[in-house]
Order: sequence, then structure tokens, then C-alpha cells
Amino acid sequence: MKNTFTVISAGLFAALMAAPAMAADKITYYCSAQEDWCQLMANGFQDATGIKVNMTRKSSGETFAQIKAEASNPKGDIWWGGTGDPHLQAAEEGLTEPYVSPMRSELQDWSISQATSAGDKTIGIYSGALGYGYNSELLEKNNLPVPACWKDLLKPEYKGHVQMANPNSSGTAYTTLATIVQLFGEEEGFEFMKGLHKNINQYTKSGSAPIKAAARGESTIGIVFMHDAVKQAAAGFPIKVVAPCEGTGYEIGSMSIIKGARNMDSAKKFYDWALSKDAQALALEVNAFQVPSNKMAPTSDKAPDLDSIKLIDYDFAKYGSSDERKRLLKKWDDEVSTLPQ
Amino acid sequence: MQSPSKKTFPVLIFWIIVGWVGFLILPWYGIEDFWTFEWLVDGYPLDSDYAPGIFLIAQGEKLWLTPLLLPLIGGLFAYRLGKEHALYANILILAGAFGFAWLIAQGFGIGLRGWSYDWLEAIFGPLDDRQFGMGYGAMLVSACFLFLLTQGIAARGAVNGDVFVVSSIGFVIAVVGVFVFFPIARMLIAAFITEEGSYSVSVFFSKFLSNRLWGLGCLSGGKCGAAWNSLALAVLVGFLTTVLGLVFALVVTRSGFRHKRLLRALTVLPIITPPFVIGLALILLFGLSGSVTVWVSDLFGIQPTRWVYGMPGVLIAQLLAFTPIAFLVLIGVVEGVSPSMEEAAQTLRASKWQVFRTVSLPLMRPGLANAFLLGFIESMADFGNPLVLGGNFDVLSTEIFFAIVGAQYDQGRAAVLAIVLLAFTLSAFYAQRFWLGKKSYTTVSGKGDSGIHPHMPNRLAIPVFISAGVWALFTIVIYVMIVYGSFVELWGVNDTLTFKHYVTAFSVRMDAEGLRWTGSAWNSFWTTVQIAALAAPLTAAVGLITAYLLTRQTFIGKNAFEFGTMLSFAIPGTVIGVSYILAFNVPPIELTGTGVILIVSFIFRNMPVGVRAGIASMSQLDKSLDESSLTLGANSAQTFRLVILPLLRPAILAALVYSFVRAMTAISAVIFLVSAEYDMATSYIIGRVENNDYGLAIAYSTALIFVMLLAIAILQLAVGKTNIGRRMSQPKP
Repeated sequence: MKNTFTVISAGLFAALMAAPAMAADKITYYCSAQEDWCQLMANGFQDATGIKVNMTRKSSGETFAQIKAEASNPKGDIWWGGTGDPHLQAAEEGLTEPYVSPMRSELQDWSISQATSAGDKTIGIYSGALGYGYNSELLEKNNLPVPACWKDLLKPEYKGHVQMANPNSSGTAYTTLATIVQLFGEEEGFEFMKGLHKNINQYTKSGSAPIKAAARGESTIGIVFMHDAVKQAAAGFPIKVVAPCEGTGYEIGSMSIIKGARNMDSAKKFYDWALSKDAQALALEVNAFQVPSNKMAPTSDKAPDLDSIKLIDYDFAKYGSSDERKRLLKKWDDEVSTLPQ
Repeated sequence: MQSPSKKTFPVLIFWIIVGWVGFLILPWYGIEDFWTFEWLVDGYPLDSDYAPGIFLIAQGEKLWLTPLLLPLIGGLFAYRLGKEHALYANILILAGAFGFAWLIAQGFGIGLRGWSYDWLEAIFGPLDDRQFGMGYGAMLVSACFLFLLTQGIAARGAVNGDVFVVSSIGFVIAVVGVFVFFPIARMLIAAFITEEGSYSVSVFFSKFLSNRLWGLGCLSGGKCGAAWNSLALAVLVGFLTTVLGLVFALVVTRSGFRHKRLLRALTVLPIITPPFVIGLALILLFGLSGSVTVWVSDLFGIQPTRWVYGMPGVLIAQLLAFTPIAFLVLIGVVEGVSPSMEEAAQTLRASKWQVFRTVSLPLMRPGLANAFLLGFIESMADFGNPLVLGGNFDVLSTEIFFAIVGAQYDQGRAAVLAIVLLAFTLSAFYAQRFWLGKKSYTTVSGKGDSGIHPHMPNRLAIPVFISAGVWALFTIVIYVMIVYGSFVELWGVNDTLTFKHYVTAFSVRMDAEGLRWTGSAWNSFWTTVQIAALAAPLTAAVGLITAYLLTRQTFIGKNAFEFGTMLSFAIPGTVIGVSYILAFNVPPIELTGTGVILIVSFIFRNMPVGVRAGIASMSQLDKSLDESSLTLGANSAQTFRLVILPLLRPAILAALVYSFVRAMTAISAVIFLVSAEYDMATSYIIGRVENNDYGLAIAYSTALIFVMLLAIAILQLAVGKTNIGRRMSQPKP
């Protein structure tokens, strides 16, 4: 008994000691970009302002779910990173707060136009184009042709070699679905998805997992954002990046302030800071090859040049709305995912 | 013969004081960062966020709390009347029951947006006020009401008027009710809520009958529903782990095998391994570019495939992870079969094989059923392995996760899936009890029992040794690879040895502010250690009190009580996770985002093991010990504390170790409950795995394995050995 008691009191003591000793400004920061980037942003902001940052990293879908679940009693303050659709969805459902930052004059047009279309409830912080990457060693080993277009992926010789994420759980994969629908029209687009389904070896849960599997040699081709593929190539994996010849969609990585944030002032400070040149330059330190939204922020020469890629006129308002999203996902679920492979 | 009334009064006045402290001094509503005590200087006691109940009422706010004063005064009144008064018991019961009921009713009736239900608004008109989750003030007041009620019941003569026993029963019922039954009920309700927020049965059935759940496409080349996948996998895992567990138990108890200790050590390893590590190692060995795959394909010119992703991979990983659990269950049973029975059969000229088949094996039935049930439930609840290795093989636990966190975000669907999962595990739980029936499997009696177990017959020994050998070798290879993997730059790509992953995770730096924990893993590591260290003793305490009530006391509804406390054993972690977010994200009890919710989830998930361990050891302690203590004038609380507890050290140790280890390795419930401030090691590791950062994930896991070994050693020292030695003198407690 005595011992049990000692253990309990020791535990309680430890818990008490762990509580922060003094009060300071703080911010709860939901991050949907890659872990090291999230961490760097958190530390960078803490160093720049002295505000204590509590960070959680979850994918954009997960974070959206969390913000929605907490809507009646918000726990987070700012949501940074991740593909724009869930941010737009959150804006549409009134989960985020409108804010016009004094930093706007330094931003690219695509960033501002996204913000105005969402009633200033979200803003673009980086953008990246969709594409795919392949493992050149595996491709060679299996004597496969080099792909260059979306339609190439339908070739029967790629059966069991292509990986993409499940659009139900990943924003990247939903962007793929929406891009294909906009590129080929809904009818033909779904025929494409059905054809692709035959070649898919796995629908992963997370958006960038397919290219990571390809990098490790667990799969040959991964449909992902091109900057994710570039990152694997830069890390030394035998990955080649493809910008599909038909043209492709893109994402705008976004940032939103959560409605009813408990630390609203800190959230706005973070917002302004994250749009600054210095904050956006941090991306290069962690090999994030997206295009920054601040015009003065430096870009990497490894980053895919958005000007040289054929970009479609992606309709963010339509394909970011929850009704359209639900409809497309249900159609994909019913017509594509259940087919035999 | 009962102790004089004086004994009762300190308890009663204690709880009355607690109640008044809760109402007069502590903040009524929950406060973020309570323990920083910032609220003391931030407008307390008048600010309505921090005010105690009485200050709120005095300022004309939250007037629905006023009726709580009545039962608080009622308690004082009963105290003045004294125990001998005819109304004493009735007043206490009335005050406790009314206070508790009112507290619950106001908590559920009035929420964040005023009235929680439309019909309340229809009756009372609109309410221009709201309330947050209950805080420490409310917690103390409700504890006061609960114990007023139990003391009233005791005074009426229940359980021989034993206040300690009645209060313990009341306490266990209350906490199990709040933290097991309430969340499950919330989840059941969520399955019937439509998108517009109204209730509908058809919405449940449309989700329940979905093709993604029950489809049988795999019979014709397509994909099967997650329910069938889970069921098939769980039955296979349950069966195979039982067989393998039995094999090991036989090797250890019925063969001349020398290195039994080594084998035992080997079986402990998977229990203290974070859940997805084995899955990772399997990928690195057998994946498309895994070491073994490449070697085999080079050697035989076979085209490598992705066979490991899907059912085969998950099955192998689960067999590796769960066989030790079956072994630990079975070894006791195999040892427990009385040798005299077997010797009797041999004397009657049965061959060794006949003895095994007709005597030993049937007597092991309870153990086999238990082992199967454990394997079945563990497989159903397993989250890490299907996540890493599942490929396109969907199982319920991962489907539940992605229903909640996916872009579709459908709590209702998650609830429906969780109900299906729960139905499977509860049916298995029930079937096990039914199958064992009321037959007697007792072979150990008080009579002399000094035989030796016969060795296995040869036709059994050979396959047993082969399968045990293969399994053991496989496990060793996996663990060697895990340690190796944590020290190489990038397994399979760049095999340079490096400490890089450990440095990234666990580096420290000295600077002007002193020691800085700069490694990326420290945050989640300290949280995990703290939470595990807090949860373990609490789990043991609740478990052992429950075990004491179940073995030592008789009271009405004991069977239902036992079922209720054991129920959470059959509830998979994923279900706990989902039901906890549904139940505890909104008032009256608001716990999401705190460390408390993690601790609570561990306590109630692991409590059944504490109960089982407690029951097992307590049934070995003769009741005459309690009786003599009671005869000598101790009350039951003193008896429990001074007589029973010291004799229960093995059970305490088992409960502590188990809950500590589970708190460090659990993922299925945790993944739903972690937050920015309270991130756990397992959820951090799974994030690294998703990010292709296998080296860091494995390095962290390896570190955790060693921390757990260390913790087990420390616990062993702290709790110490029981001395039931008959000849040695009893050491001082």
C-alpha cells in the first residue's frame, strides 16, 4: 500500500511539475504540411515572437474533421498548410474566421484570388502542380515504357505498378479525381479512373505515400503532387518526375484562422508572419519545393517551374464545395472502387 | 459487534466537507490549465469563468445550480440528527440521490447553446445562457452526493451496514457508468443521427447494410467488405495463436527442453513492442524491395510481388505479436492440469497419445477458449499492423479511423462500424462463456498432488518442436533486424551505420537556459511516460478494489456488476476512441484535448486485467484471514488495506506492469485522443512511418522497448516480493 501510494504521489508530482510554470502568450497550431516543415514553422514563430506554440500535425482531411468536431468548442487557433479544398470547405461551413492581412500586397495573384473567393476566410501560402513520379530502376528492371501523359498510365503493362491515395482519405487524391474530371469531362474522366483502377496496386491512405513507396521500391509509379516527387528525387532516390502532357491541376496550400479561436491575437500574428518573405523562405530548409505565395520569397531551382507546366483552369470554388466533393466521392466509391482489379 | 457509530461519522463529515469545498471554494466549471493556478489572480472568485457555484448563484448567474444547496444542507442535517435517528438513513439517501440526479439533469439539459433539447425549450421558453464542461468544483460536489447516497444505503443495512463496501460498490458503478457505459451509449445514439441532426432508423440501416461492410466481392475476384475481412482475419489469428501458444506451453512444461528461460524472454518481447514495428520489419524484409524478397528473386529468378501487403502480411504480423499472449494464458492452464489425472490414465494402460488427447487436452479447454478469445479480440482491435501492411485489405478498425479522419468525415458511419466491431467481440465473449458451460475443470484440490507431468508423445513432440523453432527463429530475425534498422542511414538503400536517427529523436543541448530537450521525440516521450506512470497505479487501484468486491463480498446484482466491469475488456480500443470523442467533446464532461482523457481511457481499457489478476490472487487467500481481522475489531477498509493488500503484491505488480506497458504501446484508442499538448509516442511514431521516415520510427520504438524493460525492473523492485513464506517471519510493511 505504502509503495503504491508512493508511486501515485510521485506520478502526481511529475504531472504538476510538467505544467508550465508561468503564463505566456500561446497558440494552438494545427499543421497539415510535412512534419519537419511544421516543426520549423512552429519553432520559427516561437523564436520570432516569443509566443509559445502547441503544434499538432495531421493530414488536411484529419484536421478538417477535428475542427468540425470541435466547432462548438474550438481548441485550435490557426490551421496552416495542406491542400486548399478542406480549407475552402471549412470556410464554406463557417468554421474559419475572415481576416485581411496587411501582408497582402506582397502576395501572388493566385493566392489573393483564392482568398477573395472564400470571403477572406483562407489564403494561399504555397502552390504545387499535380503529376506523377516513377522509380527509374524498377521501370527498367521490369522493361516498362517511360510514361509521359495521364493516358499512358492506362496501359495494361503497368498493371500492379501504379499507386495513388484513396480520395476518401486524401486531399491529394481528391485533387487528382477533380483534375481528371475537369480535364476529360465527367463521363470520360470516370472511364479513365476505371481504367486506372485496373493498374492500381494499392490506394494508400495518405496523399504522398505513393511516391514514398515508389522511392523505396515498393511500387513503380506514384500519382502525387510534383513537389513531393521532387523531394524524393532530391533525397537521392531514383525518382523521375513527370508533368503529364495533357495538362494538370494544382493545389493551393492554404492557411485559415479557426473561428472562435481562444488566442485570436496570436493567431493573427502567426497569419501575418506566415505570409512574410522570411517565413516562406523556411520551406527551402526542409526541401519543400512548393511555389511560395510571397513574391519576394526565394524559390529553389529544383522546384518544378509552374510557368512551364500546362495548368488547367482549376475551378476551386466548384470542386472545393462539399456538395460536389460528396457527389464525386460517392460516384467514385460506387462505380470505381468496387470494381475487380 | 459492529463498531460504534463514532467510526461512521468521520467519513460522513469528510464527504460533507468535500461537497461544501467543491461548492464554496473551487471553480465550478472546467478551466484550461487549472494547475498553473493562474485563475487565482485572474478575477477569482467573481469572474464567472472561475467562480465557485455559490458565487455564481449569488451574482444571479446559472441559477439552475441553486437546488444543489438543498442536498448539501440535507447532509449536514443528517449529521446533526446522528446515526441512531430513524430518519438518518432516509435523509442521506434522499439528499444523495436528489443531488446526483439534479447534477446530471442540469448537465445534460443545459449545454453550450442553452437548452440541449428542443422539448426543454418548448416547456421552459428560451434560455439566454449557457454552460461549459464541469470542473473540479462540480466533481467534488458529485463525489459528495454519491457518498452521501452510499452511506444512506449502508445505514439502511445493505451489506451488513458496511460503509466501505457500499461506498466502493457505488464508486465503481459510478466511474464505470460514466467512462464505459455512457460513451458507448453516446456512440449507439450517434449511429442514428442524420446529417441534419435529427434521428432516423433508416440512416442506421443504410450505413449498416453498405456494400463496403458486407460485400462478398472477393469470392468473385473483387473486394470483400471490411466486416468479413475482419472476421476472417480474427478467427484465423485466434485459432493460430492458440495453437502456437499451446505449442510453446507444451515445450516449456512437457519436454526436456533446456533453454526455457530464453524462450520465456522471447515471448515477452512482442508484448512490449510498439504495435507497428513488426509490420515495418516485415515490409523491410518481405516487401517488393525487401531484403529477403530481393535475395530470393535473385537466387531463383522469381518476379517479386507485393504479396506481403494485404491479408498475408497482416496475419503474419499479428501472429508474431499476439502468440505470446496466448502462451501466457496457456502456460498456467497446461501446468495446472493435475499430473495425477494423467498418471491415473497411464496406469490404466492408455498410451501417451491417448492420455494427451482424452485427458490433458480436454482439461485445457478453458485455457484454449480464453486464448482464442484474446487472439480474436486483439486481432479485431489491432490498428497498427493493418495500417502499415493492409494494402487494399480493409478491416473494421482502420475503416473506423478513416471514417472519422478521412475527407468524408462521417461520425455516424464510424459509429455504425464500431457497433459491428463491438457486436463481433461481444459475441465471442459470450460464446466463450457459453461453450465452457458449467463443467468442472478443477483438478487441483487441497489433497496431495505431487506427480510430474509426462513428456509429450513423440508424434506430438516433433511437429511441436518444429513449429516452435520456426517461430522462435523468425522472431529473433525480426528483432535483430529492428535493432539493425535503427542504426542504418536508410535501410535497403543506404546501409551506412549511423546514430543519426537517435540524435534526431533524442538529442539534448546545453545553453544559457540550461538543458534543452531539442530532440523531436522528447515531447511525446515525456507525455507518454507521465501518462503511463499516472495511469498504471490508478488502473491497479480500481482493478483491485473491484476484485476485492467480487471475491470477498456478496451483494445484490453482483453478476451484473461483474459483467459491467469486465465489459470494457471486450471493447476494442478503436471503439473506445470513437465513443470517447463523441461523449467527452461537449459538456457536461469535457475532456478532449486534455491529458486526463488519455489517462481515463487507459484506466478503463486495462482495468479488467487488474480485476482478473486481483481475483486470481484473492481466491487463493483464505477468507479466515479477513474474518480474524474483523473479529479483532478492524473494519473492512482496514482489513483491505492492512491484511489483503500486502498479500496481493504479485497481483499489484501484474496490474501495474500491464497497464504501464499498454499505456506506452497502445495506439488504437490513443490515435483519436491525442492533441497538440498531449501527443503520445505511438501516434508520433505512426506519423513518422507515414512520412517514410522508417529509421526514426524504428529508433524511437527501440528506445521505448528499453524504457519499458527498465520500468518493469523498477516496478519489480518498488513493489517487492510477497512473502507468503510460512516459515519466514513477516517483514514490516
